[in-house]
Amino acid sequence: MNISNHRRTRDRVVTVLTYLAMAFVLLLPFALFVGLAAKSELLFRDNSLGHLLFSSQWKPSSGEFGFKPFIVGSLYVTLIAMLISAPICFLSAIHITQYAPRKVAKIVVTAIDILAGIPSVVYGVWGMVFVVPWLGRIAAGLGIQSNGYSILAGGIVLSIMVIPFILNILMEIYRTIPKELTEVSLSLGATRWETIRDVLNRKALPGILAAFGFGFARAFGETMAVLMVVGNVVKIPSGLFDPGYPLPALIANSFGELGSIPEIESALMFAALILLVVVLVFNATLRWLIIRVEKY
Amino acid sequence: METQEMDAKMTGKKEMARPFEEEGIIRVDNLNLYAGKTHILKNVNIEIPKNKLTVILGPSGCGKTTLLKCMNRLTDLTPDIKVNGNIYIGDQPVFGSKTDIVALRRKMGLLSQRPFPLPMNIYNNIAYGLKLRGKYNRAELNDLVEYYLRQVNLWDEVKDRLRSPAVRLSIGQQQRLCLARGLAVNPDIILADEPTSALDPVSSEAIEKQFAALSKDFTLVMVTHVLRQARRIADYVIFMYLGEVIEMRPAQEFFEDPREEQTKKYLSGAFN
Amino acid sequence: MEQRSLADVRALVKRHEKPARTGRKLGEEIFFRSLMNIASVLIVGVMGVILISIFYKGISTFSWSMLAEDMGSGFYLNRGGGIKNAIVGSLYLSLSATLLALVVGLACALCMNVYMVKFPKLLNAARFLLDLIWGVPSIIYGAFGFSLMVFLGVKTSLLAGIITVALFILPIMIRAIDEVMKTVPAGLSESVLSMGSTRSELSYKVYVRQCFPGIVTAVLLAFGRAVGDAASVLYVTGESSKTPTSLLDNATTLPVAIYNQINSPYAATQDKAYASAFVLTLIILIISLLSRYISKRYQKYRIY
Repeated sequence: MNISNHRRTRDRVVTVLTYLAMAFVLLLPFALFVGLAAKSELLFRDNSLGHLLFSSQWKPSSGEFGFKPFIVGSLYVTLIAMLISAPICFLSAIHITQYAPRKVAKIVVTAIDILAGIPSVVYGVWGMVFVVPWLGRIAAGLGIQSNGYSILAGGIVLSIMVIPFILNILMEIYRTIPKELTEVSLSLGATRWETIRDVLNRKALPGILAAFGFGFARAFGETMAVLMVVGNVVKIPSGLFDPGYPLPALIANSFGELGSIPEIESALMFAALILLVVVLVFNATLRWLIIRVEKY
Repeated sequence: METQEMDAKMTGKKEMARPFEEEGIIRVDNLNLYAGKTHILKNVNIEIPKNKLTVILGPSGCGKTTLLKCMNRLTDLTPDIKVNGNIYIGDQPVFGSKTDIVALRRKMGLLSQRPFPLPMNIYNNIAYGLKLRGKYNRAELNDLVEYYLRQVNLWDEVKDRLRSPAVRLSIGQQQRLCLARGLAVNPDIILADEPTSALDPVSSEAIEKQFAALSKDFTLVMVTHVLRQARRIADYVIFMYLGEVIEMRPAQEFFEDPREEQTKKYLSGAFN
Repeated sequence: MEQRSLADVRALVKRHEKPARTGRKLGEEIFFRSLMNIASVLIVGVMGVILISIFYKGISTFSWSMLAEDMGSGFYLNRGGGIKNAIVGSLYLSLSATLLALVVGLACALCMNVYMVKFPKLLNAARFLLDLIWGVPSIIYGAFGFSLMVFLGVKTSLLAGIITVALFILPIMIRAIDEVMKTVPAGLSESVLSMGSTRSELSYKVYVRQCFPGIVTAVLLAFGRAVGDAASVLYVTGESSKTPTSLLDNATTLPVAIYNQINSPYAATQDKAYASAFVLTLIILIISLLSRYISKRYQKYRIY
């Protein structure tokens, strides 16, 4: 009787604690949002939201906070990264899951795992030592004024970093397509390639788009490596070899100046808030779409 | 010594099972199949008659689906499979480096356990195979799609929504669509792997009726483990057990006068 | 059309027949297959180039004394010193954060798989929210942690870093554990419950044991992320040139040290950045090898 009571009490305590942990974690996104929003409030006293998002004037010392250069910088770097990595991931995913012999597939998958593990800072170091000087030389060859620190450098380094992320999702998508669908298509007289082109890719299409979307959101928030190679000049870039200043880089770089003007802290939190909202909206929309597609 | 004798017995060529007078169309010639180290098909020697319904019967795991998939070499999709011996469709070998497997597969339609409509609309599910194999203008294609949908009694049910995704159909409708799709590529042979196992009794019966009607013009090879189904529609029965063909007989003889011990056991329900 | 006989239709289709293989088809397939091969080769190649260049640059600038010495003052101004405090700081930070995240994360994963399975709608909503925070970049945790510290009036410290990183790796940990726990067959938990176990006993006795290899892999995955991340701790741990001795000390982590070193104007300090990057990469590779080994090895101790 005593033991059973003891067990019941313990069960109750454990249950409550478990639910508390769960509640804590589920509140996290809201806490992040509310915390960052509260801190950005100061910025809204003197500026409208539209002004903050679409003005190009960034002069913290005179109270001008236009985030457009940073938002555009982020978009450019991310788009370059996606343009490079998306086709590579798409082709390689088909190669690994449909054509490659097991040993070859294993090698590529191991390479992806290693790429996924390399820390952001190490990518940054690599970019500074190899990509930036290389781009500098190309720019010189083309007669463009650039030291190599550019949105292109950011895009290249970033593309390598998101490849494992996107590719893993894509491989999963191709692997979950039932084998019978391939059998059916082959038995209709399609070649292997026609099967992939007309049947598998069409079946995978929603998933492929979602994978690219997740990749975009992931790349959008990547900080250290991009920060180290992108040049960090507050200006809307007008060419691939121009430096840019993405949002995460702004946040990471400007903490040092925090003491000087109270509005700067607020501005950084607003930058973080923009990032958070973009990432959450992207992820939420894609998840919702996937659920919709799966149902039908 | 004993093991050697056993091996000799195992690999020794069995007599070809050919219990019919008509023209044969599929000839399985001493086929052995290994998946990794597992010996899945053992010395299979059978011939399948043209324009008849032949049922491959046996308890699950006896290799009947594997045998079916060997016939149009879908085994290519599974790594680590080794095949000895060969299958001939007419006089063309299925296995072999010179075989144009894409051309050969066109002679065989496939119906799988569950319906797997292509990720396209109803119309294109039929038209896809046709378009792969020939050039048609719109009107010809429309005509053919209608014709094949009528063949499986699906036309009236879907004629108003030909452009909606095929996955929206019921399972029974999907399976009939898959049959129409298989017929549309103009095969000589239809391979069916337990085509009714996922269906409700009404849809099942519809498919069975279709099969009986089709066996006038097509060679049908159907895998099943449902005895009653085999009894209802089979012309010939191949009985497999543990990767071997135990016997092949005309259906009536098979059910009324089974020769082999394992067959008798199976028919009396000992394996279920 | 319906009057037409099967034979007529078959003859019609036969007349339209094209050969199964044409040069164009074959060319298209070869073209795309070559592109695919190039893509995969490119991935492996880039991986090789990155590893080789990091190792090459790192080994040529590496010295064992770096591992034995603290930075000391003026490290970034080329006054000598090693990275011992950064390595130790990183290990302290990551180990504690991983432990913290494990405690909370395990509870969450168990909550979903043992308790919330009774409420599928709630469970789906929870998984949805988890998927959302899974993608939140680490810099946001950094910013959030920093603003929280300002709000609470706390100074930068190792402890603040631990909490921030724990928050950052928590979603990663939960998802990894959840993925494994989802595979535990429902029958197993039902039979344990029917034997008179309470739900909490079920979770700790059955789920934790059954999913042990998965949990270990999740821990190593999260640990790897914690060790490698700089953005989340850039401004919450403060800076220190000495090995931290208490949770309230400032601490420098290895990735942050690398970032500061490479941005130093002195070539010798930049060289140390290459060596440090090599050390960090090595640590990460060892963790990933370890997790592969463990997940393979423990696979056979599962009940089913």
